[in-house]
Amino acid sequence: MKRMIIDGISCEFENARNVLEVAKQNHIDIPSLCYCESLSVYGGCRLCVVENERGAVEAACTMVPKDGMVIRTNTAKLRKHRQMILELLLVSHRSECTTCDKSGKCKLQEYAKRYGVKDVRFPINYCKEPIDNSSDCIVRDPSKCILCGKCVRMCAEIQNVRAIDIANRGSSSIVSCGFGRKLADSDCVGCGQCAAVCPTGALMIKNEVSEMWKAIYNSSKSVAVQVAPAVRVGIAEEFGLPADVPVMGKIVTALRMLGVDYIFDTSLTADLTIMEESAEFMEKLKNGDKLPMFTSCCPAWIKRVENKYPHLMPQVSTCGSPMEMFGALIRQQYADEDVFSVAVMPCTAKKAEAKRPELIKDDERLVDLVLTTQELARMIDEAGIDFAHLPDSEPDSPFNTYTGAGVIFGVTGGVTEAVIRHVLGATTDESICKIAECGVRGLEGIKAFEITAGDVQLKIAVANGLANADKLIEKIESGEEFFHFVEIMACPNGCIGGGGQPSACQVRKAERYEGIFVADSECSLRSSEQNPALDGVYKLLRNRAHDLLHVHYPDHKAE
Amino acid sequence: MTKVDFKLIDSILEKYGCDKSKIIPIMQEIQAEYKFLPEAALMYVADKIGETYAELYGVATFYKDFSLNEKGKYVIKVCNGTACHVRKSDDVQEALYEITGMKPGDYISADGLFTIERVACLGACGLAPVCTVNGVVHPQMTPDKMRALIMDLREAERS
Repeated sequence: MKRMIIDGISCEFENARNVLEVAKQNHIDIPSLCYCESLSVYGGCRLCVVENERGAVEAACTMVPKDGMVIRTNTAKLRKHRQMILELLLVSHRSECTTCDKSGKCKLQEYAKRYGVKDVRFPINYCKEPIDNSSDCIVRDPSKCILCGKCVRMCAEIQNVRAIDIANRGSSSIVSCGFGRKLADSDCVGCGQCAAVCPTGALMIKNEVSEMWKAIYNSSKSVAVQVAPAVRVGIAEEFGLPADVPVMGKIVTALRMLGVDYIFDTSLTADLTIMEESAEFMEKLKNGDKLPMFTSCCPAWIKRVENKYPHLMPQVSTCGSPMEMFGALIRQQYADEDVFSVAVMPCTAKKAEAKRPELIKDDERLVDLVLTTQELARMIDEAGIDFAHLPDSEPDSPFNTYTGAGVIFGVTGGVTEAVIRHVLGATTDESICKIAECGVRGLEGIKAFEITAGDVQLKIAVANGLANADKLIEKIESGEEFFHFVEIMACPNGCIGGGGQPSACQVRKAERYEGIFVADSECSLRSSEQNPALDGVYKLLRNRAHDLLHVHYPDHKAE
Repeated sequence: MTKVDFKLIDSILEKYGCDKSKIIPIMQEIQAEYKFLPEAALMYVADKIGETYAELYGVATFYKDFSLNEKGKYVIKVCNGTACHVRKSDDVQEALYEITGMKPGDYISADGLFTIERVACLGACGLAPVCTVNGVVHPQMTPDKMRALIMDLREAERS
C-alpha cells in the first residue's frame, strides 16, 4: 500500500488514477468542474490545483499520485487562484440563478459560494448564441456553457455518438453540433448523458413540469401516471435518502398528494414485454430467422439503430417499450374518459419516443407527457411535500400487480434476466440465484454468456453505453462472435443511470443497482408469467394485442 | 452556391487512403480547389472517413486558415504583425474596406471579387506594411497604393 499526505492526513492508495481520486477516497473534496471519473482527464478548469511542499501548484486531476507525496489542497495561494478562475468563469457565464432550472445543483454556483466570490471585477462577456430548444429531450443554452468539455467527452467516449464537439478556438470556442446545426438536426439520440454531467445549466433536461401542473389543475381531465422501475431507486437521493432503498410506495403517495387520479407501475408492462418478447424470440429461433434479436425497450438505442445501423432494424424486437404498452393499456381501460397519460421515466429519450408517429394509435398519442425522475422530484419539492417522511401506498387496480422480473428492467441485464427467468420458468429464490450466477448480473459494459434452455445452448450478450454497443455490433458483424439474443441499453449501467435520473457518481449508481434487486426480492412473484394481471390485460386488448403492443419502425432513415 | 465535384473529392480521399489522421491535408487540398471548404464536401468526407460532422466542423473551425465561407476571386491578406502595425497597416485596411464597400465581418464583397483577411504576420517585416493578393506579395503598402491596386484588379476583370 502506498501512502501520501494530503492536508496533513495520511492517505493510503493503490492504483489510484490521480491525486484527485486519492483525495476523494479519503473524504477530501477538491473542487473540479471538468473532471469526471468515467471520462478521460481534460485538465481544463484548473480548479483542482493543489500545492506541494515547495509551493509549486499543479492540477490534481493530471497529477499521478506517488508514494511519499505531500500536498495541501487549501492554501492561501490556491484559494486566490480558485477565486480568480471562478471570477473569470462567472464573467463568461450568464448568471440568472434565481430563475435557472439548475439552481441549487449548479457546480459553478456551489463553488462561487464556497470560495466566497462576491463580486466580479471584469465586464460580463458570455456567449450570445441563441438557446437550442430544437430537441424534444435536451435544451442547450450556450450562454451558460463554461467549456469544461464534459458533454463532448461523454458523447464521444461513453456513447460514441459524437454529436457535439468544441468548435472555433480560444475565446470564441463553443460547444456545437456539426456546421452549427441544432441538436434535432444532428445525430443526437437524446440519451441526456451530456446533461447529466454538465456542471452548469448549459445542458438541461427539457422541463415539462408546467404541462403536468396544467393537466392536474384541469378538472375536466383525469391524469394517469405510470412510474418506471428505475425511478424507485433514483428519486430518493433528491430527498437525502439512501440510493439502495427502493421507494415506490412513497412515490405513489406523493403522486396522489400532487393530485394524480390513477397511478400505475410500469413494471406490469415490463412483464408484458417479456411475454411478447420471449414469444417473438422463440418464434425467430424456431423459424431460423436472422439472429441475434436485439431488445427494443431503449428509445436512444432505437434512434441509434435508425441513424447508424438501419440494416439491423429487422433484427430489433418489434415489441413496444413498456412505457408504450402501458400507454396503450391506459387508453383502452379509460376509453370513455378524457385521460392525460403521463409516464415518469429515468430517461430523457423517452420524451422524444412518446412523440414518435409510431406511438400514435387511433389518432391519439399513447403517452401525452413524459416526465423524468428529476422533474417529478421538482414537482414534489414545488408542492412542499416532505418526501422522506411519506407513508407507502399501493398503485391502482386493475393494473396493480407486477413481478420482480418487471422491476429489474431498470438495470443493465435486467431485461435479459427477466427473459431467462421466463424461458427457464424460474420462480423460486433458488432458481433465480442460479440464474444470477450465469453472467447476466454486474455493471460491466459488455457481458457475454451462455445458458441452456431445454436442448438449446443460447448465447447472450448484454451491453450498456452506446460505445460498448458499437464494439459489440462490430464483433457480431465481423463474424467474430455470434449471439442469439442481445440486450442494449444506451445509458451506462442501464436505466438506473439514465439521463433523467439525478446525477450520480459510480458508487451511487452501484447502490441503485443493489436497490433494484432489493425491490426484486421484495416481490412475492419473480417471473413475468406469474403476473396475475396479464390475463386481464390480454382480455382488455382483445384482438388488438399485436397492433397495440408492437411497433414497426421504418427500416431506413428517410433520405 | 459552389457546386462540389464529388469525383474530385474521391480522388483526394483516395490519395490519402481515407485516413482519419490525414484530415488536415485532405481539407487543405479541398480548400486549394475551392478556396474554402464547402459544407457538402466536408459532409461527404466525414461519411467516407467515418468521422461525425461535429468533429470535422471542430477541426475546420479551429484553424484560421480554413474557411467555411465562400471567398472572393482575390483574397487579400493584410498583415497586422507588429512591424506592419506600427507602419500603419490599419490605414491600409481601412482604405481597402472603403474601396471594396465591405465592412469588418464580411466574408466576400458584393461583386464577389474580394475577400479581406487580417493576418498576424506574413513573415516579411522588412517590407512593412505588407499585403498579399492571392499569394502575391505587395510591399510597403499605403492607402493610395491599395486603392490603385483594387482599381487595377477591377479593370482587369472588366476587360
